[in-house]
Amino acid sequence: MSAISGTGYNYAYLDEQTKRMIRRAILKAVAIPGYQVPFGSREMPLPYGWGTGGIQVTAALIGPDDVLKVIDQGSDDTTNAVSIRRFFARTANVATTERTREATLIQTRHRIPETPLAPGQILVYQVPIPEPLRWLEPRETETRTMHALREYGLMHTRLYEDIARHGRIATSYDYPVVVNGRYLMRPSPIPKFDNPKMHMSPALQIFGAGREKRIYAVPPHTRVESLDFEDHPFEVQKWNESCALCGAHDTFLDEIVMDDRGGRMHVCSDTDHCTTRQARASAAETLEARA
Amino acid sequence: MTALLRVEGLSRYYGARAGCECVSFELDEGEILAVVGESGSGKTTLLDCVSGRNKPDSGTVVFNTRIDGPLDVWRLSEAARRMLARTDWGYVHQSPREGLRLDASAGANVGERLMALGARHYGRIRAEAVGWMDAVELDSARIDELPTAFSGGMQQRLQIARNLVTRPRLVFMDEPTAGLDVSVQARLLDLLRGLAGELGLAAIIVTHDLAVARLLAQRMIVMRGGGVVESGLTDQVLDDPQHPYTQLLVSSVLQA
Repeated sequence: MSAISGTGYNYAYLDEQTKRMIRRAILKAVAIPGYQVPFGSREMPLPYGWGTGGIQVTAALIGPDDVLKVIDQGSDDTTNAVSIRRFFARTANVATTERTREATLIQTRHRIPETPLAPGQILVYQVPIPEPLRWLEPRETETRTMHALREYGLMHTRLYEDIARHGRIATSYDYPVVVNGRYLMRPSPIPKFDNPKMHMSPALQIFGAGREKRIYAVPPHTRVESLDFEDHPFEVQKWNESCALCGAHDTFLDEIVMDDRGGRMHVCSDTDHCTTRQARASAAETLEARA
Repeated sequence: MTALLRVEGLSRYYGARAGCECVSFELDEGEILAVVGESGSGKTTLLDCVSGRNKPDSGTVVFNTRIDGPLDVWRLSEAARRMLARTDWGYVHQSPREGLRLDASAGANVGERLMALGARHYGRIRAEAVGWMDAVELDSARIDELPTAFSGGMQQRLQIARNLVTRPRLVFMDEPTAGLDVSVQARLLDLLRGLAGELGLAAIIVTHDLAVARLLAQRMIVMRGGGVVESGLTDQVLDDPQHPYTQLLVSSVLQA
């Protein structure tokens, strides 16, 4: 593809050889679900930790016909989301949206949209630390051997510690999963509330870690199981409140402090899902009023 | 009867220097063998080569496995060797800091091998950990404390419990009593002797302390410069040393 006129940059910022290298890594990652494929991560015009891995994966996948959505903690309008969306609008001439249903490519940090994903959609995760065994075993040579030999018992010692200290599995985000019954995988810092959405999802899920130079993937319709104990099964977060704006009681809620007198409010973290529900509710009200 | 472990012509060279050279011995089920010698004599190299941690340059290590019978440890796949190392074998390090997971509680340390073998029931893993802490005379009320909260002797006993949880048939010990004061040493040795008898453990103990060999081991080998200079029944070697080096070693022990 040719350069974007007037910018001096190649289409989607990265040069074609780099994109080809990343696509090769992605193909390998899709072929071996959950396996971390090393790739030559490039310097991007944003700092490490801001989504350089995700942005490189997106750059390698995006085409002019794509519709891009970018979310940060479920929200479409935070700095990180806005900057990355604008970056691709400029460098890839691509249409952007905030609607989950309309997007073909969704880059995300820390959430999976509440609206169920559809076949053909691609979800790109930004990953800070891809290695699930990192805090248990500092040696990279050793963690690779453990993956190769499927020695994952160590991960359960962490969950054991959780129960011994807190009486339950207190890990609430970046909750370890096993993909396709084989590889142990870190799902990036999404809340464990979102873990069940990865299981058998019809969408393609790709994880990019820029600083650590790793890409891994969960192909559509692949088993993703969260680790647990028989007598302490995996559970997701629950709230007593429902969303103060749209009334949803089955979504992931953010607690927002309203004033300095202890006032607080729970709202959906997924802004698109919340506004869609509000719009639908007000449309229904208008209809009722007319009738 | 087939020996539990048969080592033949084991050599490991570091460049031109021999770590251990042409060492052979056999170990029967439930037997304890002491390997003594001064530091630098190749004791630890020998232990590492036998226990699958350091690949020897030549020689064979044949272990009589529970299911498949005698197998050459160094011809197994890495996966099978690591499996053997965490089920049928134990390894007690000289420093408990190497053998324990210091950021995990005592219970998790004892339970780790069980979880590695697929135990997925928290209650049962914990009950097993309590049982083994009792067996090594640790206060099981301290199950949720970190190993760093334990004394040196207690850490060493915790390390032993952590190894015994899969009921191994062979335990390798690298100077298990070094760095402990004399009364704690005595208690640990007592405990080891009791457990070995009770569980029918075979063990290879590397030590430079002849008293440890005398107390625990039925047989011993004396090493110097990477080679074996003398071997035999412990009492025989210690009471009637034949090789000049063994004589020196025995005579240099202070009589209290």
